[in-house]
Amino acid sequence: MPIHIQAIDLEKQFPGVRAVDGISFEVTRGSCFGLLGPNGAGKTTTLEMLEGISQPTSGQILYQGGSLDRSYRELIGIQFQSTALQDFQTVREALTMFASLYRNTANIDELIQLCRLEEILDRDTRKLSGGQRQRLLLAIALVNDPQLVFLDEPTTGLDPQARRNFWGLIENVLRRGKTVVLTTHYMEEAQQLCDYIVIVDKGRIIARGTPDDLVDEHLAPFVVRLPIHALPAGTTIPATAEERNGFIEIFTDDSEQAVMQLQALQADLHELKVEKPNLEDLFLQLTGHGLRN
Amino acid sequence: MWQRIHAIFIARNREFYRDRAGLGWNIIMPFVLVFGFAFIFSGEPQALFKIGVLGEARSGSPVMQLQHVQLVHYADEQAALQKVQRHQVDLLLDLRSDPRYWVNLHSQKGYFAEKLLLDTYQRAGGLPPQRESVAGRALRYVDWVLPGILAMNMMFSCFWGVGWVIVRYRKNGVLRRLQATPLSAFEFLSAQILSRMLVVIGATLIVYLGADLMLDFVMHGSYLTLFLVFVAGGLCLISMGLIIASRIKTEELADGLLNLLSWPMMLLSGVWFSMDGTSEVAQFLSALMPLTYLVDASRAVMIDGAGLVELLPQIGLMTGIGLTLLAIAAYLFRWD
Repeated sequence: MPIHIQAIDLEKQFPGVRAVDGISFEVTRGSCFGLLGPNGAGKTTTLEMLEGISQPTSGQILYQGGSLDRSYRELIGIQFQSTALQDFQTVREALTMFASLYRNTANIDELIQLCRLEEILDRDTRKLSGGQRQRLLLAIALVNDPQLVFLDEPTTGLDPQARRNFWGLIENVLRRGKTVVLTTHYMEEAQQLCDYIVIVDKGRIIARGTPDDLVDEHLAPFVVRLPIHALPAGTTIPATAEERNGFIEIFTDDSEQAVMQLQALQADLHELKVEKPNLEDLFLQLTGHGLRN
Repeated sequence: MWQRIHAIFIARNREFYRDRAGLGWNIIMPFVLVFGFAFIFSGEPQALFKIGVLGEARSGSPVMQLQHVQLVHYADEQAALQKVQRHQVDLLLDLRSDPRYWVNLHSQKGYFAEKLLLDTYQRAGGLPPQRESVAGRALRYVDWVLPGILAMNMMFSCFWGVGWVIVRYRKNGVLRRLQATPLSAFEFLSAQILSRMLVVIGATLIVYLGADLMLDFVMHGSYLTLFLVFVAGGLCLISMGLIIASRIKTEELADGLLNLLSWPMMLLSGVWFSMDGTSEVAQFLSALMPLTYLVDASRAVMIDGAGLVELLPQIGLMTGIGLTLLAIAAYLFRWD
């Protein structure tokens, strides 16, 4: 697959802080690329440099093999983490206004359909729900029919149903052959949508690969989870287990042996779960803290 | 480029006319001021006499013995005579050679100021100055103050309608969103200027027509000249608002700076009272303020009937200041 956008040894220095410290990666055309990391890891700063909003202190960004120039903004779509629109505009007017800022525009009727905006076209943008607002912002990001779309935590703050609906929209965008660069706090979202993931922490990449490969590479095939209160009082936690968020977790190649180990401690196994580790587990393993901490 | 400017221009206009509370306030406030001052100054004028003086009074001159009189020095005889004609000065005394004075035959205050002047000369044992007379209709305070109020309302509308709004855009992320599009800073600022100019001229026209209907104020000049004066003044004031808005990130700071800029202009630009006779420092500061040129030029058109050629220096100056400040604002402008 051809490379759509490429970051080469990106660095961003703010007074007293090196927010991004030598990050390199490639995003292939038509893929969904996930940029994950805890708050303050440098992912939004990296994204802003890719978007051309801020300049790297050093390093290079190549779009289809060439440097970013003034025409770059005509070619990309951006949905910011938090943004506002001008007041006293309807959804339709906001879409039309943004469409007027570009030379090339998508078919607005198709866009309205794609982002499911039919019902709210004449509604004041200030009166939209969280999900409706994110759908409008996605439509605005797509208004110039870009081939490369940046989505910065697009589902943060949405309820689970609205979040899943939004994933459906992103999948539709991907089906149209567009490249999506996504940052998210939700591991489930990254697992569902992303073809390739880069995990950053303290401005550096600490892991990269497809979601499945990353989990397979860094974690055992099974995780056995049991609420801490299921162990008899005063029991010492086995050395192979870790305590996390009120659970003890055992990552293992042999789940039966782990269960037997807990049984030997006379634990109540009613709430015991044996699962395949996921990205959340990987993330905790690599960074030592959760994404939303 | 024009398509992008047009899109932002329309969006900003919508924000203005759909905000009913803001729209109402923009129209109502100047009416309240005009009628308030018309009411306050509808009674007898103040008792203080104002005597204009051409030339310097020598020491020992009877003029120095005048009491309860404000002496206002003028360099331009024609301008001073015009003030006598309009009852803005009660009497004009020329001390450049043999003393002579002009008094308006229709002015009550002029009558008493003349008696006081002649009595003072008589008591001092000097020769009375030679009498000249002029005639002219008294200028009501409301006729005089209305151009100032129109200009002041323009100033507030330009400052807050551009300066404060852009800072709000920056704070809530509207600018950041627009920055991600091909829209340039120049295009964005141009759209803001055009939109605010339309609003300012439209609101001024409504206030002008409403006040004219109810107060029948004087308008001796051409409407085209007045329009050009307002456009040049509007450009200048909008650009000042843009300078404030170019980098500031909080509405509170913007509000403070806009107040810091607008209050001295409101007090020292001759909106409410003539700067004639005020201290040299006040007059110097007044001359530095763009609002002074807008107020003076508007009055010159409406009260004196000044023509376009006569006002070209003021119009040119305001346009020049406006364009210079606009260039600086565009250079300083930051999206975030």
